[in-house]
Amino acid sequence: MSKEPVAVVGIGQTKHVSARRDVSLAGLVREAAVRALEDAALTWADIDAVVIGKAPDFFEGLMMPELYLADALGAVGKPMLRVHTAGSVGGSTALVAAGLVAARVHRTVLTLAFEKQSESNAMWGLSLPIPFQQPLLAGAGGFFAPHVRAYMRRTGAPDTVGSLVAYKDRRNALKNPYAHIHDPDITLEKVQAAPMLWDPIRYSETCPSSDGACAMILTDRTGAGRSPHPPAWVHGGAMRSEPTLFAGKDFVSPQAGKDCAADVYRQAGITDPRREIDAVEMYVPFSWYEPMWLENLGFAAEGEGWKLTESGVTELDGDLPVNPSGGVLSTNPIGASGMIRFAEAALQVRGQAGEHQVPGARKALGHAYGGGAQFFSMWLVGAEPPRT
Amino acid sequence: MRDVAIVAFAQTDHLRRTDELSEVEMLMPVLHQVLDATGLRARDIGFTCSGSSDYLAGRAFSFTMALDGVGAHPPISESHVEMDGAWALYEAWVKLRTGEADTALVYAYGKSSPGELRDVLTRQLDPYYVGPLWPDSVALAALQAQALIDAGEADEAALASIAARNRTAAVDNPHAQLAGSVPAGDYVVRPLRTGDCPPVGDGAAAVVLAAGDTARSLCTRPAWIRGIDHRIEAHSLGVRELTESPSARLAAERAGAFERPVDTAELHAPFTSQEVVLRKALGLDDSVRVNPSGGALAANPVMAAGLIRLGEAAARIHRGESDRALAHATSGPCLQQNLVAVLEGETTHV
Repeated sequence: MSKEPVAVVGIGQTKHVSARRDVSLAGLVREAAVRALEDAALTWADIDAVVIGKAPDFFEGLMMPELYLADALGAVGKPMLRVHTAGSVGGSTALVAAGLVAARVHRTVLTLAFEKQSESNAMWGLSLPIPFQQPLLAGAGGFFAPHVRAYMRRTGAPDTVGSLVAYKDRRNALKNPYAHIHDPDITLEKVQAAPMLWDPIRYSETCPSSDGACAMILTDRTGAGRSPHPPAWVHGGAMRSEPTLFAGKDFVSPQAGKDCAADVYRQAGITDPRREIDAVEMYVPFSWYEPMWLENLGFAAEGEGWKLTESGVTELDGDLPVNPSGGVLSTNPIGASGMIRFAEAALQVRGQAGEHQVPGARKALGHAYGGGAQFFSMWLVGAEPPRT
Repeated sequence: MRDVAIVAFAQTDHLRRTDELSEVEMLMPVLHQVLDATGLRARDIGFTCSGSSDYLAGRAFSFTMALDGVGAHPPISESHVEMDGAWALYEAWVKLRTGEADTALVYAYGKSSPGELRDVLTRQLDPYYVGPLWPDSVALAALQAQALIDAGEADEAALASIAARNRTAAVDNPHAQLAGSVPAGDYVVRPLRTGDCPPVGDGAAAVVLAAGDTARSLCTRPAWIRGIDHRIEAHSLGVRELTESPSARLAAERAGAFERPVDTAELHAPFTSQEVVLRKALGLDDSVRVNPSGGALAANPVMAAGLIRLGEAAARIHRGESDRALAHATSGPCLQQNLVAVLEGETTHV
């Protein structure tokens, strides 16, 4: 029994900003969905099902928003699924949608993820004020900073590496018209002079809070044949989860991330990711996660990730560009951030990434993680259909 | 694509309050029961998927702690829907159909007791125009019930008899929260009386799915999913005909429910009036045994109640008490979203 090959034929994003006061939630998601339909030259009638994802409902104060958003996303009379796997949700949502096509349950599926963080306060939503949780986490940064410190101790990485990542991603973002943070006057000195928030994470090394949505149209081989633009083909996709807190957990390089990447590479026939993958869209909400994930994803040996970053390999013109779009550090509508990684990977292999295009990209990895580095979702897309 | 079956089902006793238990503590015994029934351990399961709602727990990412309880190490292939567990089962069914897994663990849980459920559910509504008015879940259901009465499709006595039948059936269900004959009671929101409304309570449920021969090896009489589909309707009540459920009908049609008669139906109808709407949409006449478990009128743990309908229908097939059963789950105000599955025992396989 073989699965149906899955193709990405439409991609749409909103311009990500700190507050989209001009649109409702419905208006925001519809904007991204309409752009994806236009890219695919399809209409609402061509869509068989809708799979929607976002991070916690508390971010907008709306319980199970798929119910309210059904009309805006043309879902009336159709199946609609709502995925929620914390920060990895944008990626998981795309994978659930891809599964519907792969299993031949539906032929053409709209998948969309969003966050309108201006409707609420993410810092509050991420701090867990209940018994049996560590108090005073102060949002995601408070949780992740000790693990960054552990990485530095373990690898001996100099404390300048994080600022290099932030400087790179913010420069890349200037080439991406949809990116939230556009600072044309960015300098490495400015990044390094920013206030310390959660030592060793500076303000300039953290992600913004964004309003935004990202949509993709996934379809089968027949649908791909009708696509007006080159499709991106899904060569592999996987999710892995592990507990947030247990004695055996390696917070610097979680086993679930390693296993997830290994599964994706196996499906895609990748044996040397460093050489065979042309671009990576990696979930880096705090700058130090680039070197950490380079190791976790098998692009560098343990302890060596920071050297790739430091030597410029991950720059847009390096030989393994990481986050050519500017990444999560430049744009973070939390629930959508994972899907943006998946979509930007697809844009790269379609040759449609505009000014931040990696020349000749044929294979790209989209990566997302969530919870306390607990949930992972990844896909590898290629310019050619997968060999089945 | 290969066949997938429900091979095991477990649920908690559903209770008005479980103050002494966390969600994880409520869920753990059910996970152990359903795995014990198949002899599988968490590490043997190919895919895990759950359904729950942060808004019941009153905190973001509530499902992450439940996952810790599953025992996800070594790491597992896992996902979560912020929906009733019936949709988690649907996602798992798709996964098994792709061949990427042979078995799946699906679970769902909800504790309504920490909050005021009627108020909490108003947060599902259009946040700009409707939500701020706080129309609660009983009031919205009452609107639907009144529309039915106005259309001559039910009266208060008929609704009361639906409550009586469901709650009498629940006498045989050791997990039910309410069982036995109950008085119609006072009006909650006209025309709905206490007897027409579901109990508010806490509970959890889990099922194991398996594909093909794996299902046969795990269960003497698997409940094969012959078809499963779900559809959503517009959110605004003003554009819906509340006496009909076109989404339930379409889901049933796509699931193959109308190809041959079913002998049993487990309907997720928290309000008596919703059973009237669903019976009509699904074409269920008196020859079909509807809600032998007592249905959602006997126990309605939000986010698990739909999955329980699938589990109850499957369990009857496991026990040889049904050959072809329909299971239904709903989500949203006034039956906005509906899922229908058709389950069969092996003997009727053609």
